[in-house]
Amino acid sequence: MNATDLSVPAVRLSGIVKSFGATAVLRDINLVFRPGEIHALIGENGAGKSTVGKIIGGYYTADAGVIEIFGDRVGNWSPRQALQRGIAMIHQELQLVPARSVAENVFLGIERNAGGFLSGGETERFHVLDERCGFGLDPNSIVGDLRIAERQKVEVMRAIARDARVIIMDEPTSSLTADEADRLHAVIKRLKTDGATIVYVTHFLDHVLAYADRVTIMRDSAVVRSADITRETKQSLVEAMLGEPAEIAFPAIPAPPNPEVPPLLAVEHLSSNTGLDDISLIVRPGEIVGLIGLVGSGRTELARAIFGADKLTAGSIRVGEEVYEAPSPARSVARGLVLVPEDRRKQGLVMTQRVRENVALPHLAAGSRFGFVREGLERMRVGALIKHFDVHPATVDGAVINYSGGNQQKVLLSKWMYAPPRMILLDEPSRGVDIGARRRIHDFIVEAAAGGAGVLLISSELEEVMALSHRGYLMSEGRIIGEVVPAATDIADVLFRLFHVAAREAAVEQIGGQSAGAGAVA
Amino acid sequence: MSIVMPIRRTDAQAILGFLRTYGVLIIIVLLMAFMTAVSDAFLTPRNLLNILNQSTPLALIATALTLVIIGGGFDLSTGAIFGVAAVSAAWLAVNVDPTLGLLAGPLVGLGLGLVNGLIITGFRVHSFLATLATSLVFRGIAILISGGFLIPVRMPEFEWIGRGRIGMVNIAVVILVIFAAAMMILLNRTTFGRRVYAIGGNEEAAVLSGVRINAVKIGTFALTGFAAGLAGVIATSRISMGQPQAGEGVELEAIAAVILGGTSIYGGQGAVWRSVAGVLLLALIGNAFNILNVNPFFKDLTTGLIIVIAVALSAIGKGRR
Repeated sequence: MNATDLSVPAVRLSGIVKSFGATAVLRDINLVFRPGEIHALIGENGAGKSTVGKIIGGYYTADAGVIEIFGDRVGNWSPRQALQRGIAMIHQELQLVPARSVAENVFLGIERNAGGFLSGGETERFHVLDERCGFGLDPNSIVGDLRIAERQKVEVMRAIARDARVIIMDEPTSSLTADEADRLHAVIKRLKTDGATIVYVTHFLDHVLAYADRVTIMRDSAVVRSADITRETKQSLVEAMLGEPAEIAFPAIPAPPNPEVPPLLAVEHLSSNTGLDDISLIVRPGEIVGLIGLVGSGRTELARAIFGADKLTAGSIRVGEEVYEAPSPARSVARGLVLVPEDRRKQGLVMTQRVRENVALPHLAAGSRFGFVREGLERMRVGALIKHFDVHPATVDGAVINYSGGNQQKVLLSKWMYAPPRMILLDEPSRGVDIGARRRIHDFIVEAAAGGAGVLLISSELEEVMALSHRGYLMSEGRIIGEVVPAATDIADVLFRLFHVAAREAAVEQIGGQSAGAGAVA
Repeated sequence: MSIVMPIRRTDAQAILGFLRTYGVLIIIVLLMAFMTAVSDAFLTPRNLLNILNQSTPLALIATALTLVIIGGGFDLSTGAIFGVAAVSAAWLAVNVDPTLGLLAGPLVGLGLGLVNGLIITGFRVHSFLATLATSLVFRGIAILISGGFLIPVRMPEFEWIGRGRIGMVNIAVVILVIFAAAMMILLNRTTFGRRVYAIGGNEEAAVLSGVRINAVKIGTFALTGFAAGLAGVIATSRISMGQPQAGEGVELEAIAAVILGGTSIYGGQGAVWRSVAGVLLLALIGNAFNILNVNPFFKDLTTGLIIVIAVALSAIGKGRR
């Protein structure tokens, strides 16, 4: 690929402007992506970095401005045209066909064929590709059966299968373990030496510093600066993203409740057909309890079982004094036991509705009279909540689909604070959100506990769950394998204990995943 | 160029957005203007009221069906419920009491709608399949009740609902206005309506928010059954005849009207007024063909084309932003 003229940018954006309705998401973006570089795009969620990626990839049309690909100005621009010009995009929200196999998804649209008839040989072709990537996926697995991390790999393979010259990756490592991320980075480096340009949108500053050649920092819909990575440090990047000097820190958690205090939530010998096996735990009022485990250890399943979203096969749950029989989401909500699910778009918010309807949804009975919604009251309450959570744009009538990830997450939290809950199950509350929103979410956890609520916190980021929990349960393969007091433990100890049990097979890789998660900044 | 572009694009988007929102109303206005220009018989109170009156049964079904579709469901059994209501109302009117017959129609519809809702939620069958199956069963019931024969009901106590007037306005139209208003209020002002939108927009989020989705879904199907029963009674009263085949095809017409109005087939978005407008547009097209005395073959063709245009219009630009 030495034929590429290095003086001509792979992608040049000039004066790109984009808004959704009245909300400007990009103002006057001028950026150059050089051939054969790994160019990181960083910034808080809502800063516009994903939008830049989507405009290059043809998924969004700019309101104004010029896109040049290897010196040629593009006119009509769509994902298909972008692909034809060698630009592939890997999405944050994966875009795969769940009912079809891995190989079919990877080669979708570029199947080998003779006059429309499939000519076979896809398995060999897949293995060649897989060797390059080192993901070790089974070409015949059905994509819908795979975990998110594995689906992400399918997306990456799909772009690589297209021999793209420019690959836009939107948060490609957010659900990968460290070892998987390392392999992806190795693939990226190989692609780079082959002459490809990588536009790498991410929250992981460590990855940026380790792998990127150049970095562009965005803030408030505009570019702060583009610079060679050698001239940046973690601190300088964070400062540029925030616009003011900031330290990367967690809020202080309130003093732990007295161990004599009777538990608010007590789970005994709980099992489920989602893989939970004889789980017992307690959460006291005012206590933040972490569920610490690897991806797939059953943390999410445990939260769902307690909430009543999945059926129990054995065991009992007590909420306060009451033996909580036959849990269901509706009964849990009525008891002030709430679940903030991990996937805000699929499980948390109704994307076709506005902020107000979303926030009020679990509390319609309380906010109504004779079945009629009391709109004035609702506007007032929701308005106060989104102000409290610092949601932008701060209007109760905004369509949630136009909000950034961090703001959607804040709307999701507002939804559960409309009637303050007694017991909150938080599943990955800060996944994929920016630093500002993340801090607001952490403050929320502390506020809730200080107010006397019990919190069960799930996070893949070990540093986060350790810093914010009074106590932690270690989970592995659907079971609780130990209990820790984070203040008296360090991350290495926890990793060792998780590692010790899961010592066989792939455990080494996954432990790596935890340490990378711990190093993530946003 | 880069300065001119944004203005043009924003304008185009604004126009497109306006068309998407009010497309069905614009087509209605254009069609009415055209008809007024070419025919003196069109823009008369008599003709307009007549159009409204004739579309009452369809409009009743479409307004309630809007709730089912917004909730992410589908109902193919409204035509069959219409038929069961028609023959049970007629049979009861003849054999027991005319007023009881009038009351029985909507109640039978409500019951059959409940059955639909219970099957869909109890067995977790997709509503499309479930109502396709129940429509066959219901049509069979209609034939059983009538023995396969027509049931004439020439009784003033039975005919008033379909034929009576208050001044110039048909009683059936008054019933429609009240029913449509009730559906609008239900959808926009009540907790039930909110839940319908939430379930259609994201069922899992609704479940995890503690919404009892089965009860809400059953409610929407029961209401649609009620509306189909009411429509069946009005139609029966109008022709003084209970027919087991009554209402055949009305289920598809109702779905067409809802979609034509701009309610999303994927659920989560839509409005009752849209469906009323959809019904009126279908009725206006039929009326135009009558007045202009055009070969009825072209009526279906034109209706189909207008539906395609309306659906295309609402789809343009949705995929990309």
